[in-house]
Amino acid sequence: MLAEILQSLPQVLVDGIALGAIYAVIALGYTMVYGILELINFAHGEIFMTGAFIGVAMLILMTGMGWLAAMPAVLALILVLVVTSILTGFMGVGIERMAYRPLRNSPKLITLISAIGVSFLLQDLVRFITEYKRGNYILTGPSMFNEKFSIKFSSISSSFSDAFFKTSTLILIVAVVIMMVGLDFFVNKTKWGMAMRAVAQDRETASLMSINVNKVISLTFFIGSALGGATGVLFAVQYGTIDPYIGFILGLKAFTAAVLGGIGNIRGAMAGGLMLGILEMFAAANLQLLTGGIFGAEYKDVFAFAILIIVLIFKPEGLFGKAVTEKV
Amino acid sequence: MQKLTSKLKGNKMAQMILLVLYVLVTSLSLYLAQASVTAFLLLLFSLLILYYTELPDRLKWLIAGVVLIGVIPFVSSTGPGYQSYMEVATVVGIYVAMALGLNIVVGLAGLLDLGFVAFFAIGAYTYGIFATGQAANFMPFGTFPLTGESFWIFILIGCFVAALFGVLLGIPVLRVKGDYLAIVTLGFGEIIRIVFNNLDKPVNITNGAMGLASVKPPEIFGYQFVYPNQFYFIVLAILFLVILAVRRFEFSKIGRSWKAVRENEIAAQSVGIHLVRTKLLAFAIGASFSGMMGVVFAAKQTFVDPTSFTLLESITILVMVILGGMGSVPGVILGAAVITILNLQVLTEVTNYLNQLSLDGVISFPEALAPAKMQRFIFGAILIIFAIYRPQGLIPAKNPVFDEESLKEGSEKHRKEKITVEPDKGFQA
Repeated sequence: MLAEILQSLPQVLVDGIALGAIYAVIALGYTMVYGILELINFAHGEIFMTGAFIGVAMLILMTGMGWLAAMPAVLALILVLVVTSILTGFMGVGIERMAYRPLRNSPKLITLISAIGVSFLLQDLVRFITEYKRGNYILTGPSMFNEKFSIKFSSISSSFSDAFFKTSTLILIVAVVIMMVGLDFFVNKTKWGMAMRAVAQDRETASLMSINVNKVISLTFFIGSALGGATGVLFAVQYGTIDPYIGFILGLKAFTAAVLGGIGNIRGAMAGGLMLGILEMFAAANLQLLTGGIFGAEYKDVFAFAILIIVLIFKPEGLFGKAVTEKV
Repeated sequence: MQKLTSKLKGNKMAQMILLVLYVLVTSLSLYLAQASVTAFLLLLFSLLILYYTELPDRLKWLIAGVVLIGVIPFVSSTGPGYQSYMEVATVVGIYVAMALGLNIVVGLAGLLDLGFVAFFAIGAYTYGIFATGQAANFMPFGTFPLTGESFWIFILIGCFVAALFGVLLGIPVLRVKGDYLAIVTLGFGEIIRIVFNNLDKPVNITNGAMGLASVKPPEIFGYQFVYPNQFYFIVLAILFLVILAVRRFEFSKIGRSWKAVRENEIAAQSVGIHLVRTKLLAFAIGASFSGMMGVVFAAKQTFVDPTSFTLLESITILVMVILGGMGSVPGVILGAAVITILNLQVLTEVTNYLNQLSLDGVISFPEALAPAKMQRFIFGAILIIFAIYRPQGLIPAKNPVFDEESLKEGSEKHRKEKITVEPDKGFQA
C-alpha cells in the first residue's frame, strides 16, 4: 500500500500545489475581510466565479476578433487578468457599499444573511446572463497553454513515478506567487498596508489616528476581490469548464483554508490553502486505497469539511493564529 | 379609508362579520370558479386577516380550524384542481413546520444554521429506507418493506433520529461562535447529502443517486393515504402539534434562555444559563420538527433521492424565517406560506403566462429569464432587502409585557405560601 501511495505522490504534489494555490488566493480574500470587519464574506466565492466568467468571456471575444492569434498568448492572458481583476475589484467595493456598509452596526447575524443574499444573487445573475447569451450556463473557454511537461521523479528513485503538468499549471503557480508576494509587500511595507493593519486591530482608534476607515475597508474589498477575480481567470484556464455554481463550494473550501491557517492572518491563509489543496488531492488519490475501498474519491469534499470541523474543535484559532479571549 | 379602519378598531362584532363575509365570498368564488388560483390564494389570505382581528385567541383558533379543516378542503373538492390545491396546501404545511424548527435555532437561539435541510433528509431517509426493500440489505432480522401502518411510529422515530443528529452536530459546533457556526452547518448539510448520495457501497443503504422508489404509503386500519387531500390532514395534525409546542417553548424558561443566549452568550452564562444545554436543546428541537416532516415528505412523494436536499432548500427555509420575522411564530408561518406559494404557484404561473405570450408573438421572451429559474435571484434579493431595510421581518416578534406592580404583589403572596408550606430541600440532602 505504501509503495502505491509513494508511486502517485509526485503527481499528487503537483496537482495539490496547483489547487492549493487557488485556495490560498481566495482564502486571502476571506481572511482580509474577516480581519477587518469580522464578517465572513460569503460573496467572495461568487466574485471568484464572476472573475472566471468575465475572463472566459473576454478570451472568447478576443478569439472571435482574431486578437488572440495576433498577440502572444501570455500577453493576452496578462491583459485579461488585469482587466478582470479591476472589474471584480470594483464589484467587491460595490458589494461592500451596497450590502455590508448599511449593516455595519447591526448584529452579525443580519450582515451574514445579507452576505448570503449577495452570493445567491450573483450566482443567478451570472447564470442568466450566460444562458441568455450562449443558451447554456456551462461555459468552456478557448483551449490555451495545453503543452504537457513531465518531471522525471523516476530518475531520483524508482519508487516514484513521473509527474505531469500543463503550461497553465506553471503559469497559475507563478501568477499566484507574484500575487502573494505583492500582497505581502503591500500589507507589511506600505503606508496603506499599515493603515489596513491598524483598522484590523482597532477600528475606532485607527479612525482617531486620522485613518479614513471607510476608504481602508473599500481598499481591502478591492484588493481581495481583484485577487479573487484574477484567480478565477487562472482557474478557468487551468480546468477549462466553468459554471455559475463553482464559486460556492470552492469558496467554502477556501474559507476552510483560511480557518486552517488562522483567520485574519494573511501568511496563515497562504499556508492553509496550500496544505488543504495537497491534502485534498492526497485524499482524492488515496482514500480508496487507505480505507480498503469503503470510501472513494467522491468523499474528498467530506474530507475537507471534516478537516474544518476538527480544526475548529481542537484549535479554533488555526495553526498560525493567536487565541483571542472575548471580553464583555 | 382611515375612518373605516378607526371604526373597525375595537369593534369585534364588525370584524367578525367582515371576516365571515370575506371567507364566504372567497369560498363561493372558489367553489364556482374551480380553476381560479387567485380565489384559492384569497381564501388562504383570510387566515392572515384572522390574525389581525382583535378576536379572543380561542375564537381565532376555532375559526382557523374551521377554515383549514372544513372550508378549504370542501370548497376546492368539486373541481379538477382539487389535488393540486391540496398538494400546495400540504407542501405549505411541511415548510411551515420546518421554518418553525429553523426559527427556534436562528430566531430564538440566534445560531445561524445553513444546513437545516439535512435534518429533513434524515427524516425522509429514515422512513424511506425501512418502508422500501432497501433495509433488507443490511438488517439482520425482520421483513422489509415494513407495512404502511409503521408510518405513525416512524413520525416519532424520524423526530428522535433528527434530534439525535441535531445534538451530534451541536456538540462540535458549540465551541465555535456565530459566523463559524454558519460555515460548519453548511459543511454538515453538504456532508449529509454527499454521504446519502454515496452510501450505496460497500453496503447498499441509501441506494445512492438512484434514490429510494415506491415508498409505502401510510395506512391505518386498512385505509391507505395516497392522495394529497389525505396527506393534508396528516400534515395539519402534525403542524397543530408543532405550533402548540413552539408557542409553549417560546415563553417558557427554555425560550427565555434561548433569547438570552442570542442576545449575549457571556451575560447569559453569568446569570446561570447552561450554555451547552440550551444550545443543544435548540438544535435538537428544531431538528426534530424537520425530521417529522421529512417522514411525511417521504411518504407523500413515495420517492426519496439526494437531489431534494440541496443547499438551495436550506436557504429557502432561511428566507422563510427572515421574511416572516426572526423569532416570530405568526411571521414565520406567513413567510413559509408566501415563499412556498411563490415557488409552487406564482413563479410557474407567471412563467407559463410569459411563455404563452412569446408563443403568440406578443413579446420575445428568452428562456433564460424564466421566473421559475430565478429562485436564487429572488431569494437573494429578499435576503438583502430584508436584512437592510426590515431585519425584524413582516410580522416582528413580540414579547409579552407584564405589569410590574401586579407581578410584585403576586410574587409576594406566592413567597409567603411557599415559605409556610415547603421546607428548604437543599439542607435535607
